[in-house]
Amino acid sequence: MDITPSRRGFLKLGASGAVIAASQLPFLKYAQAAGEETVVVVMGQTINSLDLHRTGTNRPSYQVAVNCYDRLVSFGTKEMPDGSLSYDYSVIEPELAESWTVSDDGTVYTFKIKPEARFQDGSKVTAHDVKWSFDRAVSVGGFPTVQMKAGGLERPDQFAAVDDETFTVTLDEASKLALPDLAVPVPFILNSAVARANATEADPWAMEFVHKNTIGSGAFKVVRWDPGQQLVYERNDDWTGGPLPGAKRVVLREVPSQSTRRALIERGDVQLSYNIPNKDAAELDAMDDVAVYSTPIENAIYVVSLNYDFEPFQDPDVRKAVAYAIPYEQIFKTAAYGRGVPMWGGKGVDGPAWPQPSPYEYNLDKAKAHLEKSGFANGFEVPFSIDLSQADWMEPTALLIQENLAKLGITTQIDKIPGANWRTASLVEKRLPLALETFGGWLNYPCYYFFWAYLDGHLFNSSNYKNDEIEALVAKTLKMPVDNPEYAPAVQRMFEIAFEDLPRIPLWQPALNVASNGAEGYEYWFHRELDARKLTKA
Amino acid sequence: MRLAQAIPVVLGVVLVSFLLTRALPGDPAAYFAGDAATPESIAATRAKLGLDKSMPEQFLRYCGDLLRGDLGQSLSTGQPVLDELTRRLPASLELTLTALLISCGIAVPLGVLAATRPGSWVDHLCRVLVTAGVSLPTFFTGVVLIYVFYYLTGWAPSPLGRLDFIYIEPPTVTGFLLIDAALDGDGETWAAALRQLILPALTLALFTMAPIARMTRAAMLSALSSDFIRTARAAGLTSRKVLFAYAFRNALLPVVTTLGMVFSFTLGANVLVEKVFAWPGIGSFAVEALVASDYAAVQGFVLCMALLFVALNLVIDMAYSLIDPRIGFDSK
Repeated sequence: MDITPSRRGFLKLGASGAVIAASQLPFLKYAQAAGEETVVVVMGQTINSLDLHRTGTNRPSYQVAVNCYDRLVSFGTKEMPDGSLSYDYSVIEPELAESWTVSDDGTVYTFKIKPEARFQDGSKVTAHDVKWSFDRAVSVGGFPTVQMKAGGLERPDQFAAVDDETFTVTLDEASKLALPDLAVPVPFILNSAVARANATEADPWAMEFVHKNTIGSGAFKVVRWDPGQQLVYERNDDWTGGPLPGAKRVVLREVPSQSTRRALIERGDVQLSYNIPNKDAAELDAMDDVAVYSTPIENAIYVVSLNYDFEPFQDPDVRKAVAYAIPYEQIFKTAAYGRGVPMWGGKGVDGPAWPQPSPYEYNLDKAKAHLEKSGFANGFEVPFSIDLSQADWMEPTALLIQENLAKLGITTQIDKIPGANWRTASLVEKRLPLALETFGGWLNYPCYYFFWAYLDGHLFNSSNYKNDEIEALVAKTLKMPVDNPEYAPAVQRMFEIAFEDLPRIPLWQPALNVASNGAEGYEYWFHRELDARKLTKA
Repeated sequence: MRLAQAIPVVLGVVLVSFLLTRALPGDPAAYFAGDAATPESIAATRAKLGLDKSMPEQFLRYCGDLLRGDLGQSLSTGQPVLDELTRRLPASLELTLTALLISCGIAVPLGVLAATRPGSWVDHLCRVLVTAGVSLPTFFTGVVLIYVFYYLTGWAPSPLGRLDFIYIEPPTVTGFLLIDAALDGDGETWAAALRQLILPALTLALFTMAPIARMTRAAMLSALSSDFIRTARAAGLTSRKVLFAYAFRNALLPVVTTLGMVFSFTLGANVLVEKVFAWPGIGSFAVEALVASDYAAVQGFVLCMALLFVALNLVIDMAYSLIDPRIGFDSK
């Protein structure tokens, strides 16, 4: 090209440059009608895959497994005291399975698949699809495999398709966790014929295909996915897993800014705002048009984690001094806006329910007395670490604790750690002396919580805590049915030790807040992601 | 020749971006292994991501992929980085260019007027506008604009990204919705896209006006006080001719330079506007990727921006040669 500059030549050059830069992406085009049957939901996070089994799939994406796929079984629904809906951990209901039986020794589960169950492409759901899907979940590694293992499901040879409609799971030993673990989002059933057709030698589980396509039998299919912008669910009118959803279409829009989401829900241009901060929940609750659902998250507690590797925290009196120096009530009002359940000021261990309040409360005199008894009467210095991505509750909490620890002579510097680094520092390397922490167990048993948070070396035990009695009690109770007479005393003993040793000081049980303006049928689930299957426009 | 000069720059960027992302704190394997990870599953994730290999080996693989046009897969968004960039870059460019058009449309005349009448009310207006624009952070102006024009009055559409969900996106040709809708002959979608664009573009424009207006004013003032203008005036040329043909053309040089700089920093820095207006642009993509230590995405972003700057500098150099007759590539 002649590059002697002239105005005309310059314009030509610019024009050709624009065409080269243009992208030629194929685009899915379909008519979107925003009718009565469309529910619009906004959330701050992003969907990064349609396949829960894929490495790197983030939490919000788990909802695709819930809405577009079926599992063998599901949990029931119950009404909460405030009239909102919640899943019911105590009831296991059929989803793809019509019925099931358990062998007398509790190790063999035999499921009958619903004969009328169809995948969204019209083909029949068979036990072979279930077998393939379960094999996939235990083989791909990462989170799905870990979660399957929690229910005692570890190897493909445990699963067998006896005939088209009969499927068996064989456990190495009986466990109460097995059946509930089949109702979590992970063991979802894929159309194995379609998946196999799209698998390659390097990718035998069709990860690339399932990442971008939903091939299930669930209540919805994803008809459009613009990563970083929106996901559009459309109802599967032939769904057999439960009552047909009320909404024909559910549009999920990603809006990163909380103030924008708030404006949208207040104006009623969207019907549901998912996972809103406590402050907004408190303020929106006061408005007439907007309904706010705040459900305490089961089996989850916000805690202060004291690291046993840090010398002063090895002294039991120092740990108790810290527990008495926390202004629980003030924190609960400032950081949680009163949303959630207080976890302090209990009267000793009361029954096998978990979480339950610790016996500690804000009492600086007791705190000072404990510190004087300890080997660190003059106080010490310690960094106080918080996660930047959870700053909405961690920052006010940390500031209030910092202020009160200073009254004891314990000097803290607040250290804000960014998201990616946080996991490594607090959970993997477990190197933070004093930090705020949270863990919520999907399977709603105290022993399950203790398994993850109090056992030596386990991921959420960020305090490097080790107690031989707790190790033994968890091993004993983890698979034991809850109606076994030995169960309740054993877990109560675990609570006592945990409150005495205080590797984690409970603050409060957090709540999941969802605001609705014109939508009905919101249901809380332990996985804390949107279940669109009962949503309707009011 | 100018293009050839860009090659070492790009090579340097490839190396530096690779090293810098490796120096990021945090462990992507731990991050992406998920909530209930065990040390074994973290190790398995690490191997799957190819992060268990040595640094030189990772770099060689990265270069090999680059040569094949493969920028890798973004973990946080689950998409190939190249797809993400081709989808998000036009969104950011459309927003930034519209903002700059608005901004120039206001700031340049304002700067010229302020320079010709220093100390007058126009000059003061210019100063006030510029100070306000630059001192108000964009996320604040964005939220205020949403509050007034969407929440209170309802004039603006829902701030839900580039297009309300009831419209069908036009077939992608350039990735610029306004252009694609116009090519498609779809007036309704075009208007809808424009409505979505106005508030975020205005937010950015307010922010970018300051340097342009200040630079125009200063350049005009110095041009107007120079010898050749005095000569032109003495020769009896009309004030219009003096102002536009001589003073303004000379003053344009620093303005274009500033414009290039403003364009580049706006493109990277409009993250906050993107967040407030749910705009699927390149800035928020890069920030999310950084937070998650998403190596491929960060490298892709840096590389893309580097190529863009190389192209931009080229364009600005050529613009110089158009504006200033003293510069020409062939006269070197």
